[in-house]
Amino acid sequence: MANPVPQAMNTKLATPPQGRFGRLLHNIVRYRVLLLMLLPTSIIFFINCYIPMFGLFIAFKNINYVDGIMGSPWAGLDNFRFLFATSDALRVTINTVGYNVVFIISGLILSVSLAIAINEVRNKLASKFFQTVMIMPNFLSMVVVSFIVYAFLHPEYGFLVKHILPMFGYSSVNAYMHPNAWPYILWITKMWHSIGIGSVIYLAAITGISEELYEAAVMDGASKWQQITKITLPLLTPIMVILTILNMGGIFRSDFGLFYHVTLDSGALRSTTDVIDTYVYRGLIQLNDLGMSSAANFYQSVVGFFLVIGANALARKLNRDTALF
Amino acid sequence: MTTASRSNPYTKGSTTAQIILNVFFIAFSLACILPILLIVAISLTNEKALTLQGYKFWPDHIDASAYQYLFKHSETLVKAYGVSLTVTVIGTVLAVLLIALYAYPLYRKDFPFKKTFNFYLLITMLFSGGLVPFYLLYVNYLDLKDSLVALILPGLSNAFYIFITRTFFQQTIPEEMIESGKLDGASEWRIFFQLVLPISLPVLATIGLFTTLMYWNDWFNSMLFINDTDKFSLQYVMIQMIRQAEFFKTQLAGSGVALMVQESVPTESLRMAMVVLSIGPILFIYPFFQKYFTKGLTIGAIKG
Repeated sequence: MANPVPQAMNTKLATPPQGRFGRLLHNIVRYRVLLLMLLPTSIIFFINCYIPMFGLFIAFKNINYVDGIMGSPWAGLDNFRFLFATSDALRVTINTVGYNVVFIISGLILSVSLAIAINEVRNKLASKFFQTVMIMPNFLSMVVVSFIVYAFLHPEYGFLVKHILPMFGYSSVNAYMHPNAWPYILWITKMWHSIGIGSVIYLAAITGISEELYEAAVMDGASKWQQITKITLPLLTPIMVILTILNMGGIFRSDFGLFYHVTLDSGALRSTTDVIDTYVYRGLIQLNDLGMSSAANFYQSVVGFFLVIGANALARKLNRDTALF
Repeated sequence: MTTASRSNPYTKGSTTAQIILNVFFIAFSLACILPILLIVAISLTNEKALTLQGYKFWPDHIDASAYQYLFKHSETLVKAYGVSLTVTVIGTVLAVLLIALYAYPLYRKDFPFKKTFNFYLLITMLFSGGLVPFYLLYVNYLDLKDSLVALILPGLSNAFYIFITRTFFQQTIPEEMIESGKLDGASEWRIFFQLVLPISLPVLATIGLFTTLMYWNDWFNSMLFINDTDKFSLQYVMIQMIRQAEFFKTQLAGSGVALMVQESVPTESLRMAMVVLSIGPILFIYPFFQKYFTKGLTIGAIKG
């Protein structure tokens, strides 16, 4: 240990040190081991999260690789002017928020319904099996998911294209060229990937509800439907609110893999599949357009921050206990 | 699952309702599994049959040549497996240890800097610098381009898992246990490693599973930071495969077998075989962690 003062000596101090600074020093020495435990992760968070936060000012710079971040000239609001002058900003914002709102609402409804339904399955073995299988899609990376979607939609060999669509009289269809189909395809993919695991969280909460509540309700002649709407749903509300707040805070971010890989980054689909994340990524890596990319990045981070704060304030107003902080 | 459905005589539904429920969930389970099986089926189908009949759930003849091909020729596969395995093992061990080390002081009621460090974490969940500064820091200042560190380091900061672990400590480890450890003269390190960690296995396993999955399934950091083909992870190789039909041929050209095999590369089934091989390990580790899974998820959803 860096500090050789033995623990016993600290406890022998008859009078605790006086003053703010003295107490602080005393505490640091006394809890040096715990502080040491916190050190590595603190440093990692500083590198991964805090330094990039201060890097947000890049959006106001006319950055070039030669002069570096510090040396590049200031650009004022030029980057933002360029970003919002194009139709890109509006399009990616609408896409990002639109997809997220639909995903959050439908994910919540489907996960909760599935959880309530699976809780009614009486055969324990079957119930376990269903749960195990439902979680599985969530274990696959979006790259694997993109292969699965591709296996269905491959323009020549795809299962849907080759075997199902011909039954309805369509011949070869290249979905990767039809932007209007993608809101549906992405919705199905996202739900397939996430509602199973979502429902397990709610199921765990349902099994935590006291039996007596249901017994009492049955005594009073409550139907199954009344039990669900009067007991289960109200008791699930806090967890539903917390998870929704967490999701709402991320409304300006998206599942990058879903929008980038599953669409195969197809240029023809951008009008309906481009979101802020893919836009920033393309600007940074493919186009090397740092100005536009960092402006979009700044926009995403700052709006995202206010959204979390706002969502939390809303939850606090509705019910103090359900707020996140 | 540990929390299976309860058997409550009062809420028992009718038999018809049970049949409908079960049929629904069987259909739903199939919807979850079948798409994965389609990939497996394609990987086992003869290349010629694929071009004639398209992708099918049931190949006319099982043909494992895509797998034979992968095992015989693909240095790419072996290297990518090595990279993914290294990153996953080192990353997971480090992450679980560091998460527990950070969560433990936050749980200690007597620790005076608890609030400060809690706040330090909370901020990272609320506000993020985003991709551009993160990328520039890693590439221009830390010089981590083409380094495996760039694949491990980003995954080590996860405030959410730390809060989950702290909540678990609060719920399961009595303060008195720490006190008695101190009275027996155990050092803080000893208390942490020999008292706290052993009884925290459920949460460590849950976090471990999540982290393993995160590292094994990560492609984003490879995409950002890796250009050197020797350091491609499995996921990144698959990205190359789905984007570039010629990926395997060009990779093989380097290994000197190109001329021999150029005609007979089973490209379509090969891709899917690769995908199957990348899913395999996940399905293999899942049963080991499964019993902790629901518990971990529930704790995660509880207010931290």
